[in-house]
Amino acid sequence: MTAAIRYLPLLLIAVAWETASQLQLVSTLALPPLSDVAVAWWDLLKSGELVTNGIASLWRAGAGLFLSIIIGASVGIAMAWWRPAQIVMGPLVEAMYPMPKSALIPVTVIWLGFGDGSKILLILLGCMLPIAVGAYNGARGSDQALVWTARSMGASRLRMLWDVVVPSATPELLNGIRTALALSFILLVSSELIVARSGLGYLIGSLGSNGSYDAMYAVVLTVAFIGFAADRLFQIFQNRMLRWQQ
Amino acid sequence: MRRVSRKETTATMTDQPQIVVDKVSHVYRPPNGRPVLALEDISLDIRPREFLALLGPSGCGKSTLLYLIGGFIPIETGTISVGGKAVTKPGPDRGIVFQHFALFPWKTVRDNVLYGLEKTGLPRAEREKTARHFINLVGLTGFEDSYPSQLSGGMKQRTALARTLAIDPDILLMDEPFGALDAQTRHLMQMELLNIWQSRPKTVIFVTHDVQEAVYLADRIAVMSARPGRIKTIVDNNLDRKDPNLFKSQAFAERVDDIWNLVREEAMKMQGARTS
Repeated sequence: MTAAIRYLPLLLIAVAWETASQLQLVSTLALPPLSDVAVAWWDLLKSGELVTNGIASLWRAGAGLFLSIIIGASVGIAMAWWRPAQIVMGPLVEAMYPMPKSALIPVTVIWLGFGDGSKILLILLGCMLPIAVGAYNGARGSDQALVWTARSMGASRLRMLWDVVVPSATPELLNGIRTALALSFILLVSSELIVARSGLGYLIGSLGSNGSYDAMYAVVLTVAFIGFAADRLFQIFQNRMLRWQQ
Repeated sequence: MRRVSRKETTATMTDQPQIVVDKVSHVYRPPNGRPVLALEDISLDIRPREFLALLGPSGCGKSTLLYLIGGFIPIETGTISVGGKAVTKPGPDRGIVFQHFALFPWKTVRDNVLYGLEKTGLPRAEREKTARHFINLVGLTGFEDSYPSQLSGGMKQRTALARTLAIDPDILLMDEPFGALDAQTRHLMQMELLNIWQSRPKTVIFVTHDVQEAVYLADRIAVMSARPGRIKTIVDNNLDRKDPNLFKSQAFAERVDDIWNLVREEAMKMQGARTS
């Protein structure tokens, strides 16, 4: 019930959209009625286009994100706990951080071609940074007394990293991953729009250039919904993981 | 003669020191600031199963001395040995309890207590049983599944105490363990610690700046000077701690007064050092 009230503004916008285009207040070319978009969505689903391209996109995003979590978390924790890693990686991370990662789209294409590889690499490069920074800050903040407690109970240095530093870093690491999750969708869709032969971004681009705007809107809304659902699911996961903070 | 009050426990005690601190100095180097001589030429023998209080004004380096004995920070000048072996790193023979509890916030009370036991190689059922025993000993039965954030300060420190006692260290290092608790809880915890220690004596090094606490708990009280920390004097404290009215006795008041006189001078020096 509260959720229904919470999302009421979205419903109002949908109604306004439908009314505006039905009453010809806006060009139906620029904004086809929402009902047409729904029909186009259904057709895309039936033809299988939405599913095949959706799977292609999710695979790229999933693989890129998975790799970036593994590598980003390791880099961040290594930087916090091992000085040589900090010396080598620190300036690299600093220099890369403010750079718009979409500038790397042509570069990854030159390296790995038009297929999945270039998208996965792009997402990996882009998402690694917020994750590494989150892991680094979290690991740096781990309480000296906890580290000493673990050591005095017989944990080796390496074991202590796993027992104390990794869980201490978890809250900030999860925030970094959440940022990366949103970023992965941005990078995915923009790289697919520019250079790809499959994926939801590719579908948006090709439908748009064919003039099938209702179908194009259908895919745009689908991408928005997937992004929203992924973030929600991640939040639920995050709350479960951080139960101990309440 | 000076250990009259603990005759029954002295039977197993030898006069061989268990911990030997020999001419230890320590320079504290803050990340951005000039180095400070925190400890200067500390020598101290601690006998098995004695309860020693390290008493001194805040900032006199008493916690630093405890961390050096614990092996948490490297010894630069002098030596420290425990049971005849030089201290180089932390170990399960020296359990530690911190002022701010240092519980793993992501673990429940039970899992906190189980943590140290996992490294002992005991079978699982045995570990669970030991954890239950010590959780019960500190009066936390029923809170096994609580997270530290759900506990009061006193309960957190009980959990930390149970966790350290569970691995049965020979030596208990306590770093102002009751300093973050309110007055009533602090007094209850002092009584409880004394009870536990009397039923299973261990060597305890107890850092505090509270004179009453030191007189109430310790066999011997090492009074430390203001920075640089030195051992100013060691007072043998032979009050009968089994006496429930000890707190109200004349002897207790006099002992507190004597030691307070020793500490006051140092505390004032620290205040002066801060304002100048």
